[in-house]
Amino acid sequence: MLAFIARRLMQSVIVMLVVAFIAFLVFRYVGDPLANLLSQDATMADYEEARERLGLNQPFYVQFYHFVVNALQGQFGVSYRLQQPVSQLILERLPATIELAVASSIIALVFGVFLGVYTALKQRAFSTGVIMTLSLIGVSLPTFLIGIGLIYVFAVELKWLPSFGRGEVIQIGWWRTGLLTQSGLRSLILPAITLSLFQLTLIMRLVRAEMMEVLRTDYIRFARARGLSSRAINFGHALKNTMVPVITITGLQLGSVIAFAIITETVFQWPGVGSLFVNSVAAVDVPVMAAYLVFVALVFVIINLIVDILYFIVDPRLRDGAKSGR
Amino acid sequence: MTDLPQSPPKTSRWKTFLRSDIVWSYRRSPVTVVASIVAFLLIFMAVFAPLLAPYNPFNPATLNLMDGFTPPNSSSMGGRYFTLGTDSQGRDVLSTIMYGSRVSLFVGAMATLFAMVMGVGLGLVAGYVGGLWDAVIMRVADVQLSFPAILIALLIFGVARGIIPPNQQEGAAIWVLIIAIGLANWAQFARTVRGATMVERQKDYVAAARILGVNPFIILLRHVLPNVVGPVLVIGTIGLALAIIEEATLSYLGVGVPPTQPSLGTLIRIGQQFLFSGEWWILLFPAITLVLLALSVNLLGDWLRDALNPKLR
Amino acid sequence: MTTPVLSIRDLVVDFPFHDEVFRAVNGVSFDIMPGEVVGVVGESGAGKSMTGSAVIGLIERPGRISSGEIRLKGERIDNLSEPEKAKLRGKRIGMVFQDPLTSLNPLYTVGRQLVETIRAHLPLNEAEARQKAIDLLTEAGIPKAAERIDSYPHQFSGGMRQRVVIALAIAAEPELIIADEPTSALDVSVQAQIIKVLKKLCTNHGAAVMLITHDMGVIAQTADRLVVMHHGKVVETGTVGDIIRRPREPYTVKLIDSIPTIERKEGQIAAATPANDDSAYVQVKNLVRDFELGRGSFTKLIPGKVEMFRAVSDVSFSIPKGQTFGLVGESGSGKSTCAKMIVGLVRPSSGHITVDGHDIWAGGAGHKERRKRVQMIFQDPYASLNPRWRVKDIIAEPMRTLGLARNKTEVEHRVAELLNKVRLDPSVMRKFPHEFSGGQRQRIAIARALSSQPEFIVCDEPTSALDVSVQAQVLDLMSELQSEFGLTYLLISHNLAVVRQMSTSVGVLHNGVLVERGPTDAIFDSPQADYTRMLLDAVPDISKVA
Repeated sequence: MLAFIARRLMQSVIVMLVVAFIAFLVFRYVGDPLANLLSQDATMADYEEARERLGLNQPFYVQFYHFVVNALQGQFGVSYRLQQPVSQLILERLPATIELAVASSIIALVFGVFLGVYTALKQRAFSTGVIMTLSLIGVSLPTFLIGIGLIYVFAVELKWLPSFGRGEVIQIGWWRTGLLTQSGLRSLILPAITLSLFQLTLIMRLVRAEMMEVLRTDYIRFARARGLSSRAINFGHALKNTMVPVITITGLQLGSVIAFAIITETVFQWPGVGSLFVNSVAAVDVPVMAAYLVFVALVFVIINLIVDILYFIVDPRLRDGAKSGR
Repeated sequence: MTDLPQSPPKTSRWKTFLRSDIVWSYRRSPVTVVASIVAFLLIFMAVFAPLLAPYNPFNPATLNLMDGFTPPNSSSMGGRYFTLGTDSQGRDVLSTIMYGSRVSLFVGAMATLFAMVMGVGLGLVAGYVGGLWDAVIMRVADVQLSFPAILIALLIFGVARGIIPPNQQEGAAIWVLIIAIGLANWAQFARTVRGATMVERQKDYVAAARILGVNPFIILLRHVLPNVVGPVLVIGTIGLALAIIEEATLSYLGVGVPPTQPSLGTLIRIGQQFLFSGEWWILLFPAITLVLLALSVNLLGDWLRDALNPKLR
Repeated sequence: MTTPVLSIRDLVVDFPFHDEVFRAVNGVSFDIMPGEVVGVVGESGAGKSMTGSAVIGLIERPGRISSGEIRLKGERIDNLSEPEKAKLRGKRIGMVFQDPLTSLNPLYTVGRQLVETIRAHLPLNEAEARQKAIDLLTEAGIPKAAERIDSYPHQFSGGMRQRVVIALAIAAEPELIIADEPTSALDVSVQAQIIKVLKKLCTNHGAAVMLITHDMGVIAQTADRLVVMHHGKVVETGTVGDIIRRPREPYTVKLIDSIPTIERKEGQIAAATPANDDSAYVQVKNLVRDFELGRGSFTKLIPGKVEMFRAVSDVSFSIPKGQTFGLVGESGSGKSTCAKMIVGLVRPSSGHITVDGHDIWAGGAGHKERRKRVQMIFQDPYASLNPRWRVKDIIAEPMRTLGLARNKTEVEHRVAELLNKVRLDPSVMRKFPHEFSGGQRQRIAIARALSSQPEFIVCDEPTSALDVSVQAQVLDLMSELQSEFGLTYLLISHNLAVVRQMSTSVGVLHNGVLVERGPTDAIFDSPQADYTRMLLDAVPDISKVA
């Protein structure tokens, strides 16, 4: 088990290094880092001096080394657009994004798995047809349109919920939360639903497909032939086997929620990392772009690791494989 | 016995086609029939926009601010009739939708084609050659698949903006967009094709060709490729819907097509500004068109998957 | 008169497909008496499995019982509601499926699956159920059952898993066990043991058995009575001895006649003329093949100790021109790896293969000679023909690749000729493979192999995917072509009867080692190696009918 996790950790480090390398390339070669730092009337000497000071004259690998060391300490330089340290910008906005992502992940997971199992077990029911059709519409609706639609109905017409922002927030240490105030919670509802819908349909369709696949296997037929109750078959045997592949893909889907929040945050003017990123892309604010890339990769790697460990717990075949040193 | 050569029933090729599983499942699915008609009409409308559109919304000479904010199905103060109304600058919404769909479809189709060629090529190589090539290609695909396409596209777009000189940005924007969306979507093709290729590679008809000493490239092209076309078609169709949505999203975020060539996403972005002030038609009609386009293509893809994979039905 | 355990009357099972209805079972009637083992035999598509599914109430949608009656101990069970049917399953009717590798849930321990089944049907508590599970496993011949009960299915071998499956089927003491091809996925040596276990457990627990199989040999050794099915109908019923020795119906006569036996038949190929090994047409010398054991592509880059697995170990034999060498072995014996090395698909780790004096792995000329002279016929006729190609292109590929035909007309002419040779109508050349039956496809595969005008054909289990009657036809065709073209065959098979019929000499492969080789009659009549003796004893054969 430990060897298995150690191996996965190694792979994660490699992935992070590759992403850091791409981020470094973006950081170093897109646009001119100096042009943004120095004033319009800087002299050639100023340029040379700045080059020397920032280490831009050093060999490529030394620069990359410094980039990685800085990144490990959370240093990604200063935003061209906002003239603030990137790490500070991201940390300030992180709580908003994480609260949104977690809330919508829970919605997507709970409803996605439930509806997936339901539609797989009741394959011929009318309700299944309705749910499947709705899910297809859900996949075809761009997230931003869902957001606009929800705003129009619940904020503009019904005036039940706020249409933008986080509402009142409370500062706990460096974490600024909107979960403890009524207006904060009300503000979370529409963005969380918007963000969850796409993942929800994906998870639902995946669970349904896997479950139907499992229900067709020999061991389910054999379980039937042994006269087990359909409850034991569906929820004991089938569901657990369904979970093996579902865990991976679902985990990765939820990881992507963080990055997917870009759109939702823009529609609802949610002050998170995603909207920061979109504004940075529009303004070619390279340090923020590079830092965001590394940040998303980190989230991906962590979730991947959790998924691997879960997998390990669920599937006995893997445990044996790891024991024999594979 | 069953094994004697049976005289083939004499039917025309057309009749065989009509009796095939695909046609059978098409005729049995009214939703699919409707979806294909809607998709056809939308594509037709987009392709022939210059011939069909009642106005040319991008010709400044014909624009009249007096026509601005005309509600649907009424005549403007300038005395002209607009089926779906006009926007703030007096552009005919119906015509902008037709031209906008044209841009959306072009970008979506080209990006999907790009992703398909790249993904199928790399997937074939990874699946057939295996070993280190496979490991590298698939690891990259795995990592990329775990990032949402929209993020990848945004990044590529941002990088391209930093590299391309500002005066050429407008002309290159559409191509940058196509490459960005294409690069964001290739991995899905690669993964599917690789899986299918690995299955086919194990089959004996490939072994038979290898025994003969047929060139591996020819084996890939003539033996393996035709047998992985099915899943590629399915992913291609669903990928087209996805690419259209991604383009709309990027344009909605303001980083997509230039304002001089608005796509459906741009139109929605513009329309949203007027939602709160009551000019709903500027937003609603482009939005409906976009959803219809994506939904009909998705429905076709869904049907295609079921039809090509009868055991999943 | 005692009531039969199972009584089926005029059973009809229909499968609506598109706008038509396919009748899988068409008016089947038979009885099974208490404690009796009844074999239901037939070729694929005979409706035998469907009859079994109908009895236990597990016909998959959209199939349905359209008419007829099924009675269990006199009570009608075909019209019960789904929950009532579920109560019968396991409790009164048990079932054993074909593939032990997929019959058990991989995520639960064997013990949990047994306890769950026992407690679903019998009023026992957890500890009692567990004890019963251990007893059942012991009875099914699983050593140290008390320790192994908490293992997962993947920790058992195929044969052991099938014992677990049988224990599961009998767990609630049912009156009837339906065994659907219970040994078809297993090796010959395991097969015999499993049949014994099945019979022993059913006798001990007083269960009658409905044994569904295509293998007449298994039935001959196991069953009391026989039901022969064909195209959804019962053709003939009777005691096993009667039907095998004195079949009455024309279909049964033909079926029995086409079953190969390991006994020597009259008029069989004469023993091999002792050939001088060095002048033989095909020579395999000290062939070895090692495989690296599971390492990822990335970890392979890191040097280190590599675990090796020797699939083929120092195999040597030779085949004189125009004769057939039979290579026999169970799964995992390395026989397919041998075939792949001989046709040039897998490079040997060491050793030589020469065909007509050319070393085929020497590169350059040897490679070219191999392409010209060596061809292969594969096991699965569904996978060996490219489904997207027309028959004409499939058969023409070798001559096109090797440049044997000059133009289109000549290609077409040659393809037509080859189709005639394999007894197919030349007009079929414009069709696609899916329009043919398994036997017809195998003929097309043979035509393709002949298309490059080879002298040596490696046949890897050429008939094991086919029904017996079709198998007989394909084997006949192969023999005829051999004498017509003077072909040399390497026949690889797990089926001893087929090898006996076809080969002049035989080699027996076990765990990559050639344990014995010699003239066919010598090996079959007086085997020297223990392994060969065991194989010959284990093989179910119709000549062994009680």
